[in-house]
Amino acid sequence: MTLTRRDFVRGGVSAFTLSFAAPKFLCDLALAQGATSRNLVVVYLSGGNDSLSMVVPFTDPFYASRRPSIALTAGQVLQIGKDSAGNLIGLHPRLSGLKGIFDQGRLALIQRTGYENSSRSHFQGTDIWSTASPAFTQGPGWLGRYLDTIPAPVDPLVAWNTTGQLPHSLQANLVGVPAIPSPAAYAFNSPNAGTAEALNERTFATRISSHVPVNKPHLAFVNSTAHEAFATLDRVASVATYVPSTGVTYPANNGFAQALKAVAGALSRGIGTRVFWVQTGGYDTHAGQGVQAGGYAALMSTLNDGLTAFYNDLNNQGLLSQTMILQFSEFGRRIQENASNGTDHGAASIMLAMGGPVRGGLYGTAPNLNPNSGSPTLENGGNDVHYETDFRSVYARVIDNWLGGDSTKILGGDFKNGPNII
Amino acid sequence: MAFRDPQIEHLLRRAGFGATPTELDYYQNLGLGAAIDELVDFTRIADDVDSKIGTPGYVGTTSTGEFSPSTVINDARQRWLFRMTHSKRPLQEKMALFWHNHFATAYSKVSGNTNTLDGARMMNAKASEHPAGIRGQLQLFRDFATGNFRDLLVEVAKDPAMLVWLDGSTNNKLKPQENFAREIMELFTMGVGFYTEPDVYAGARVFTGWNLQRSGGADASGYYRFVYNAGAHETTAKEFSFPIYSDGSRTIPARSAADGMQDGLDLIDALARNPETGRRLARKLYAFFVSEVNEPDEQLINQVAQVYQQSGFSMAAVLRTILLSRAFNAPSNHFTRYSWPVEFVVRAMKEVGYAGFSVNSAIGPLINMGQQLFEPPDVAGWDLGQTWFSTGAMLARMNFAATLTQNQKNNIAVAVRGKGPTPEALLSFYLDQLTPLDYDRPAYDDLLGYLRESVTWNGSDAQLAVKAPGLLHLIVGSSEYQFV
Repeated sequence: MTLTRRDFVRGGVSAFTLSFAAPKFLCDLALAQGATSRNLVVVYLSGGNDSLSMVVPFTDPFYASRRPSIALTAGQVLQIGKDSAGNLIGLHPRLSGLKGIFDQGRLALIQRTGYENSSRSHFQGTDIWSTASPAFTQGPGWLGRYLDTIPAPVDPLVAWNTTGQLPHSLQANLVGVPAIPSPAAYAFNSPNAGTAEALNERTFATRISSHVPVNKPHLAFVNSTAHEAFATLDRVASVATYVPSTGVTYPANNGFAQALKAVAGALSRGIGTRVFWVQTGGYDTHAGQGVQAGGYAALMSTLNDGLTAFYNDLNNQGLLSQTMILQFSEFGRRIQENASNGTDHGAASIMLAMGGPVRGGLYGTAPNLNPNSGSPTLENGGNDVHYETDFRSVYARVIDNWLGGDSTKILGGDFKNGPNII
Repeated sequence: MAFRDPQIEHLLRRAGFGATPTELDYYQNLGLGAAIDELVDFTRIADDVDSKIGTPGYVGTTSTGEFSPSTVINDARQRWLFRMTHSKRPLQEKMALFWHNHFATAYSKVSGNTNTLDGARMMNAKASEHPAGIRGQLQLFRDFATGNFRDLLVEVAKDPAMLVWLDGSTNNKLKPQENFAREIMELFTMGVGFYTEPDVYAGARVFTGWNLQRSGGADASGYYRFVYNAGAHETTAKEFSFPIYSDGSRTIPARSAADGMQDGLDLIDALARNPETGRRLARKLYAFFVSEVNEPDEQLINQVAQVYQQSGFSMAAVLRTILLSRAFNAPSNHFTRYSWPVEFVVRAMKEVGYAGFSVNSAIGPLINMGQQLFEPPDVAGWDLGQTWFSTGAMLARMNFAATLTQNQKNNIAVAVRGKGPTPEALLSFYLDQLTPLDYDRPAYDDLLGYLRESVTWNGSDAQLAVKAPGLLHLIVGSSEYQFV
């Protein structure tokens, strides 16, 4: 990995002067902005998702022959019909909830998304998907660039990262994004807990972090982070007590589902966040992939259970029409299984979009998996899946038709020819 | 403590984990040159720190049953934190941490593919704790803390935890496994941009047969060990885009299966020798030891890369060059590295106090700060620098400061008696004991403002027993304290 992400500096002093406004004012601001705003929940499957095991072209004879130990059969997959090229497609058997959402026309599956000369490196691949720029993977991410276009003053909870560290996609020049893995743990403790002195500590800790030492940008950066924490504490505390709607359970042992529960809580409380980041890992399935019943099947359960609970929870509360979910991974995997019953790094993969505004259905076409077919759906000597839909054209749809941004400006080019998912 | 030498303090924050007053005295008496010598040539200092675990005068540990770091990963985490806090060979632990991040391996996969006992063993057991005397990965990093980088690469390629982590255990000629081959080029040596995809495929074939074998019984006497499995080795020639041999040749010749292990040794030699490896290590070490904030000193980076080559890949020579350099010792580079969570935690314990505190109480907070030992997020290690400082992680740091000062409340109340006739005197007392970056006037005034808030100052024991822990909480939780 290059040091660019780690060295990244959030736009100097101007980055946080606005975030240093008083919390009361920011609360009003959030309410004002939140009342009508649409939100986007980005789901990142880290490690490189084996899309051929998730959205399965199960009738392609080479699917079974090139994956003798990990292929799913016609009887195992959840069949969802044909894509536009006439390929029969099935979902992984653990995706029963998503199949229900697909059947309701609220789930879009975009096959073979990627870009030319796909990177097989996790880190470079992630940087490319994050910056939406295969040629130059430094600087702010695509979501960060969107956040930077929101007129100031920007609420410090305009975006919410449910992981511990800021993902490159959310790195911005002007806007800091809080990391809130657990709303309950997002609180300020004290050695004098339970006494008035604890409040004094909070008051003065907030003051100390409010200064902007102009000649020490690294110190100013950490101060800005601390100050954002103080400015968001009380609103996040209100999410910690969130109880999902009747009949909806977010499995307790499913961290992905728990993160989505927090997102649902934030939406239900109307705190005004526009972009959420949710991540789940384990997709780097080089060995013992376990598509039918092992590791990969568990990954699919995690994904399905989280997204289904989230969808139902929002639907029950009438919040679905405000919410769009967009899922990606840094690359797909090799077609041929390896000797360890796993798959190595490949190229194009699947993107999933769901939620109120989404036009459901199967977009794009499955690859022809015959390695000797010379098919343009393959690359790397027939070993990998070649992309059909540029991932940036999906981003462009979301920016233009959902977030109300200007994709040409944010993505640095015209990618408006994307699939008609919204 | 009377005099505090800022150069020695800086050295101990970077080449160690900070210093207790006693430790600072010791190194100050040695003087800067001798202190650097002792830090780098640490083998002359006895390694008896583990025998102090569970004894008075040291930070505590907590376990439900017998404390067993070689078989229980949470105990392994505690032992490592204990060693960071108390080892008289701080640079050895510091470099072990550097290598843990460089060759980042996660217990969750290692144990998930085997079992929790073998996972803990493969991650950190000492040779003396292993049924067959095989050291775990952390012990390997300690043994090679300042050792030969080429030899370290060979040991890493044969390391059982790594063989599970990057799937080398299943690499055979029928279907070569690319995972380790890719990362040894991308992350462990040259870096992205200096190898090609065909190099990755060739590299995978090179390491075919570098596998893992289960030996011993099915119970705890059983263990995993490296084996070169000649029958699984792919014997044809392997061609690369970069030189493999000193004559510039880029092809590893076809060899018999019996001799095939030499393929991997040849590739490792080539990677260790590659100029990009030296430059990449030099940059990484510069950011770790000298500064993440100021522009890199290109002259020093070139010099370090040169020393790396000329010394035959000796990390001791490299580290000595860095620690003796003008850039390392320049006051403008003090406090210009964002502290890693474990550095923050250990330094806070050393400076606030640890009597009656258990390192187990730091394990959960460290997760919230973004650093669980033996659990880096991926093979590229932790995202360093500013990335440590998300809002949630910053709150976790403030809250660890609260946890520690709450735990130390009684000790603090005793130590502070008579030290606070005025708020200024109390603040000065603690700014001498702790080592934050200098506060600017507005922040300094806020610290005093806190002391004066809600009280009429009289410096009584009762007042100090409340205000002193509160003040320490504010200092350790402040941004100024987050740099080393």
